[in-house]
Formats: sequence, C-alpha cells, structure tokens
Amino acid sequence: MKKIINSPEEVVQEMLEGMAAAYPQYVRKLEGFEVMVRADAPVKGKVALVSGGGSGHEPSHAGFVGKGMLDAGVAGAVFTSPTPDQVFEAIKAVDGGAGVLLIIKNYTGDIMNFEMAGEMAEAEGIKVASVVVNDDVAVEDSLYTTGRRGIAGTVFVHKIAGAKAEAGGTLEEVKAVAEKVIANTRSMGMALTPCIVPAAGKPTFTLGEDEMEIGMGIHGEPGTKRTHIMKADELVDHLMEKIVNDLPYESGDEVAVMINGLGATPLMEQFIMNRRVSQILNEKGIKVYRTFVGEFMTSIEMAGASITLLKLDDELKELLDAQADTPAFRQL
Amino acid sequence: MAVNSAKLIEILNLIANDIHANKDFLTELDSAIGDADHGINMSKGFKAVTEKIAAMGDKDCGSILKTVGMTLVSTVGGASGPLYGTAFMRAGQAIGSKTELGFEDLLVTLEAALEGIKMRGKAVKGEKTIVDALEPAVEALKSSPTIDINLMEEAVKAAEAGVEYTKGIIAKKGRASYLGERSIGHQDPGATSCHIMLTAILKGIKDS
Repeated sequence: MKKIINSPEEVVQEMLEGMAAAYPQYVRKLEGFEVMVRADAPVKGKVALVSGGGSGHEPSHAGFVGKGMLDAGVAGAVFTSPTPDQVFEAIKAVDGGAGVLLIIKNYTGDIMNFEMAGEMAEAEGIKVASVVVNDDVAVEDSLYTTGRRGIAGTVFVHKIAGAKAEAGGTLEEVKAVAEKVIANTRSMGMALTPCIVPAAGKPTFTLGEDEMEIGMGIHGEPGTKRTHIMKADELVDHLMEKIVNDLPYESGDEVAVMINGLGATPLMEQFIMNRRVSQILNEKGIKVYRTFVGEFMTSIEMAGASITLLKLDDELKELLDAQADTPAFRQL
Repeated sequence: MAVNSAKLIEILNLIANDIHANKDFLTELDSAIGDADHGINMSKGFKAVTEKIAAMGDKDCGSILKTVGMTLVSTVGGASGPLYGTAFMRAGQAIGSKTELGFEDLLVTLEAALEGIKMRGKAVKGEKTIVDALEPAVEALKSSPTIDINLMEEAVKAAEAGVEYTKGIIAKKGRASYLGERSIGHQDPGATSCHIMLTAILKGIKDS
C-alpha cells in the first residue's frame, strides 16, 4: 500500500482537519466529532440538510456543505456508515428551527444509523424527515434484496433539495423535491482497478490487466459482469443502454448528465465518455440541459467512472440552476 | 437464578470474552457474504462495553443494559451496531430499575431484544439474519410456563439450530442479499454472534 497518510486509524479525522483548514469560509468541523457543518450553521428558519456515509467518497459528502447544498456532512470510517451519535450531533448543530432532512444512500447500515439518529433528534423535539437515494441500476431492485444502491446521483439530490431549502421551502416541500429527484435519477458505473481501504492495506478485489467490471459499486461491490476491457464508446453504450431503458428516458425529455470519476480516472477519459453520452442522447432525441464532469463521488483511488442521468422539469431546472457555493461545487 | 448488577456485569464480560475469542471466525464468515468486518467491529464494541460497565456495579440492571446498548451503537458501526445496540437498549427498558433478575426477566429481556432487532432491521425469520437465531431461542423460553436452566439450555440449542438453518437459505437483508443464491451454503455471521452471546449468558447463569 502506497498512500500519503500518517496512520490508517487517523485518515478520516486528519482529512476533515485539512478540509476545515482549507475552507474556513465554507465549513467548520464539530469539535470531537467527524462532522463538517456550514460555517454559518445553524441557519435560522431554513430547513437543514444532513447527509453522510462512509468516508472514501470525497468530495462526498463534506465537500458539498455550504450555501445552496448541505448543512452538514457526516463522515464515517472508510466505507463504513457513521454511527447515530455522530449523525445526531450533526442534526443538533444545523437545526435552524425549520426541521432537518436526512439524505441517505441505500445501504443497510446507513439507513439504520441515520434512522436511529433521527429518532434521537425527534425525542429532543427536532423535526426530522429522510429520503433514501437508490440510483444504481446495476443492482436489480426486487422484494428479495435490500434494493438498489445509492451512488453519484445522490449529489443531484444535494444540489436540488439544497436549492429548495435555500429558497425557503418547508421540510415537506424539500423532502418532496428530493423524492422527485430520486424518482428521476438513474446511474451506473464501472471499474478498471480496485481501491485499497487504508485499514485493510490491500485491494478489496482484483481485476486482471485486461479486465474491467461493469456495474461495480462504489465500495467495490460486485457488478453485473466482468469483461475484457472495451473501447470507451462500447463501454458507454453498455452503461447507457441500462440507464436509459430503466426509467426510461425518452425522446423529448430534458436531462442533466453527470460523468463521475471514481478517483483515478483522468478528466481526459471522462470527457471521452461524455462525448459518447452526448452522441447517444442526441440520437435518441433526449436534450441535454446541463452536464457535470468531474469527481463527485469517488471510491478512494479506484479507476473507473459512473454515468448519471436526471430527467428534468421546470421546477428541477430552476433549482439545478440556483446558486450553490461549497468547497466542491460552485455555481455562482 | 438470581442475577444482581455485579453478576450481570460478569455475564456481559463473558459475552465480551467469547466475542473476542471468535473475532476472526466471525470476520471470516462475514468475508464470505458481507464486508468482512463483523468480528472486528463486534470485538471493538465489546471492548468499549467492558470499560464502560466496569464501575456500574452499584447501578440498576436496566441502566447497565442501556449503557451496553448505547456503547455498541456508538462504537460498532455498520448494521450490527444499531441492531445489537437497539437490542440491549430495549432489554434495559423492559426490565427498568430492577437490581436483581430471575428467569422470567431473562425471557422479558430477550423478547424485548428480539422485538427491537426486528423493528430496527425490518426483518422476519427466514431472511438469514440475527432473527434466525434469536427468535427460536425466545420461542423455546416461551414453550413452558416455568423457565429454568434446562429450558435456557433448550433455548441455546434452538439458537444453534437456527444458525444451521441460515446455511440453507438465501439472504434477504443487508449486503449479503446482493449475492442472491450465492449466499446459500454460508452461515450468517449475525446469527452466529447471537448464538455466541446466548451461550455466554447460559454459562454465566449456570455459574450463579
């Protein structure tokens, strides 16, 4: 393992300290907790948004803390859900009296820990609601599984629900628009190389020099198939076929596109992917309203990327265009 | 059976020791169908529990169990933290401020723990979870109007059979559920840790 760290036990704590030192105008770290909150938290009268999950997905989620997006990001150990006491502290620190929305990615541990934190907060008289993001079409959604995983599409929920809250939406309204985003968002990713969890010290899985895994999760969970490495266009065709047919996205729709690098994939390759994505959407008569290319939800140093589509209506377009000013997402 | 607060702490330490002793085994089971951290996380949690309850001998049994629950919730993480944390917290609530527990209280605490786990995990029997070990144990304790050490032995055997049963079924909860049929043949780590705890409780009661 070759990493720029001091010790595996301290990575989360030290990362957050470094982040707080870099962006004091946006965020501060809650003393004694792995929680980053808006520098001006709590914002009185505004619905607060709290998200989080295991670390290793930077800039998610603390990088999206700031005006127009999240009020708090809770950072668990690498790839491990934060515990309820941490989430509870985040809720208390950002509640401005209008209630708190928890944005949870669909993993069993995350849901239980955030739910418990929500119950603890409600016991103290704080209004709490929650939404669960499950945008990954690689996983079959059925009654017999925990359901689809939450991946990069979560960042669209942060952006749009955050804009709604900033505009003065009530907790019910912010939750409703978050659910609308979730209902219209689909993603799928792939990986070329594994990643190394610092505490484990070795790769979580292996992939041959000439292999790739389609549908790989952001923690290295198995995907839908392992294949010989394909050319970029062929690969994008595979991912887009699953994504587009799932909702489905149809001719005449308007979408936002997100190409998300998983940590070790250069922008050059991400743009090559987006080239094909835009061709496909054009052929299908689906209009691209806005495109975001870069790293939004990574998997430590995994090479690979995911594609996310969000079908827009007028309300979502307006909220997507609204101002946001955070360490990792600036739109002024 | 007469378990006072000091004895309860002793039993909880027995559980901790057996969890530590099975740390690698539980992690190995979890690496087959989960994310390979069950033993590590449970061991970490019970180490914290032992430290937290060491000086609680003068507190009531409910407070001790609630402290165990809160400690597990804040140290174990993942899904096991909230599940076992809720179980111990519910057990603590169920017996309240009692300072001595009898066999009836054993049923009361385990039943409350089971209800807590089912509520938190939205799980029922047959989904390859903790419930598959704990529910048969609770049912065994309920099968006779008088509970004694023999019935508790039966309950632990029922839990053991429950662990065996998880080998043959498909996981429907947690990360293992993504494996579908590939989860068959593996025993559930959560059901296993639950059986380990029940065995430790039996051992502790026998010594009292």
